[in-house]
Amino acid sequence: MAPRNPERARAERRQAWGNRSLLLPAIIFSVVLTQIPFLVTIAYSTIKWNLLYPQDRKFTGTDNYVSVFSSGDLWPAIRATVLITGLSVGGALIFGLLFAVLLNRAFRGRAVARTLMITPFLLMPAAAALIWKYSMFDTNIGMINWALRSLGFHEIAWSTDHPLATVVIVLVWQFTPFMMLILLAGLQGQSLDSLEAARIDGANSLQIFRYLTIPHLRVYLEISGLLGTIIILQVFDPVAILTKGTGGTKTLAYLLYERAFIGLNVGEAAAYGVVIVVLTIVVASVTLRTLFGVFMSGGQR
Amino acid sequence: MRSKALGTLLTTFTWVLVLLFFFPVFWMFLNGFKPESKASTVDPVFFFRPVLDGYRDAMDRGMPTYMRNSFTAAAGATIVVILLAFPGAYALSIRRVKKVESAMFFFISTRFMPAAASVLPLYMILKSVGGLDNIFVLLTIYAGINLPIAIWMMRSFLMEVPFEIIEACRLDGAGLQREMTRIVLPLVLPGLSAAALICFIFAWNEYFLALLLTTSEAKTTPPFLGSFVDGRGQFLAVLSAAATLAALPVIAAGWIAQKQLVRGLSMGAVK
Repeated sequence: MAPRNPERARAERRQAWGNRSLLLPAIIFSVVLTQIPFLVTIAYSTIKWNLLYPQDRKFTGTDNYVSVFSSGDLWPAIRATVLITGLSVGGALIFGLLFAVLLNRAFRGRAVARTLMITPFLLMPAAAALIWKYSMFDTNIGMINWALRSLGFHEIAWSTDHPLATVVIVLVWQFTPFMMLILLAGLQGQSLDSLEAARIDGANSLQIFRYLTIPHLRVYLEISGLLGTIIILQVFDPVAILTKGTGGTKTLAYLLYERAFIGLNVGEAAAYGVVIVVLTIVVASVTLRTLFGVFMSGGQR
Repeated sequence: MRSKALGTLLTTFTWVLVLLFFFPVFWMFLNGFKPESKASTVDPVFFFRPVLDGYRDAMDRGMPTYMRNSFTAAAGATIVVILLAFPGAYALSIRRVKKVESAMFFFISTRFMPAAASVLPLYMILKSVGGLDNIFVLLTIYAGINLPIAIWMMRSFLMEVPFEIIEACRLDGAGLQREMTRIVLPLVLPGLSAAALICFIFAWNEYFLALLLTTSEAKTTPPFLGSFVDGRGQFLAVLSAAATLAALPVIAAGWIAQKQLVRGLSMGAVK
């Protein structure tokens, strides 16, 4: 509606500015803390700069990118990141769905079971990785190997022989409750009437699950899967603590950490940073569109 | 009759799985109360006289300082985030600014930006101005990281405030400030606490930036725990005690506020 008189137009403009001023601090804060440092990262990536030789610092253009792409470290890191994220999100979704279905039944002590179930997600990730490393996976004192020994199997040197599985197991354990909580909320939002109607029509539990519950859960599977992906793509803690990036677990985040803070090569690490962001944007743009659609269309049911 | 037996079977199955799943946490808790010699054994010790040696040792290694730092960073970041996110989300829902969609897209995309993308300049700049190992710097950065999630969550809560209430409030001639703080704020208080809880959890548990940006004065609990990786000798009891202490505040908060947790984790999308 177009304002008719100048008096009113001025009032509306004033209100529009009032509204904008509510948002401005948040935007400025975000830009200063996330966008500007990224621009500086781009600038760093064009400089030859190793902290071991601080005098020898000059503009080199694309040299850092040439060494990033020719070093042979990039592809394995991408592979590790995709594998770890994909397997962990997939595994956590499967277990999350299983536990959500089990805990959706009314049974004795359900509230307690639910409370115990969410604990791994609340546990500090660094603590979780350490506890698994020593008290679960360890060849001598780990409980998993004790169980294997007791059952007459050979011990498994988890973090040296199966580094990828080690990281994935811990991540699946940590993120199963996350998926479970969201899927459980979805299950509880399913209308009992339609389930009842299907049962009267003679559908069995499996059919109901396949044709009613799964389609109903789709949006919840999307939300939990996508949010899980965002978080796990950037994962660092279990890699740093369990494997230190050995045996195909050197994710992009860990590679950058290694280049910058162990190798002290600022220029090259910055180039890795830029490559990581570009790759993340490629993956994220698909994710982001779906997620955005879910959220803006309400997503609340 | 058959379905009752099936129910009992399912319940048993559920409990076995849940307890197996919870076992690592339980084992951590138990190990924290063992003497060191009984924690690191090849055959696990289930029955023992509980001692506080592990906790005492953890305290001696500086746990109180690290936990205080963690608390300052997490609680401070949460306050800053709420102060920025509430008005910000307000302008994206009730008092709609133009281009709401682009603003929302901007915020969620900053959450996608890996910490890797900005940590180098932050480190170099902080190093040159002497801002490393400062808990207030860490607090500010945590606030920046968690702001997008909080804005998303707050917006979804604010969208649920019935428009009639705001309309009535405007007809009464209440100004923006009154409308926000007196009328709407009390209505979205559960949402605000969900956002605060999530923000606190993420900040309290953060390891990567804390490892890089703090060294001693401002060190938080995650990098302290991380330093056990290079430990020698037997340390499972003290590690378990320290990990239990470090995890306790967040576990307690999450247990108490389970309902808020669900909404918070889904960024407000799931009720």
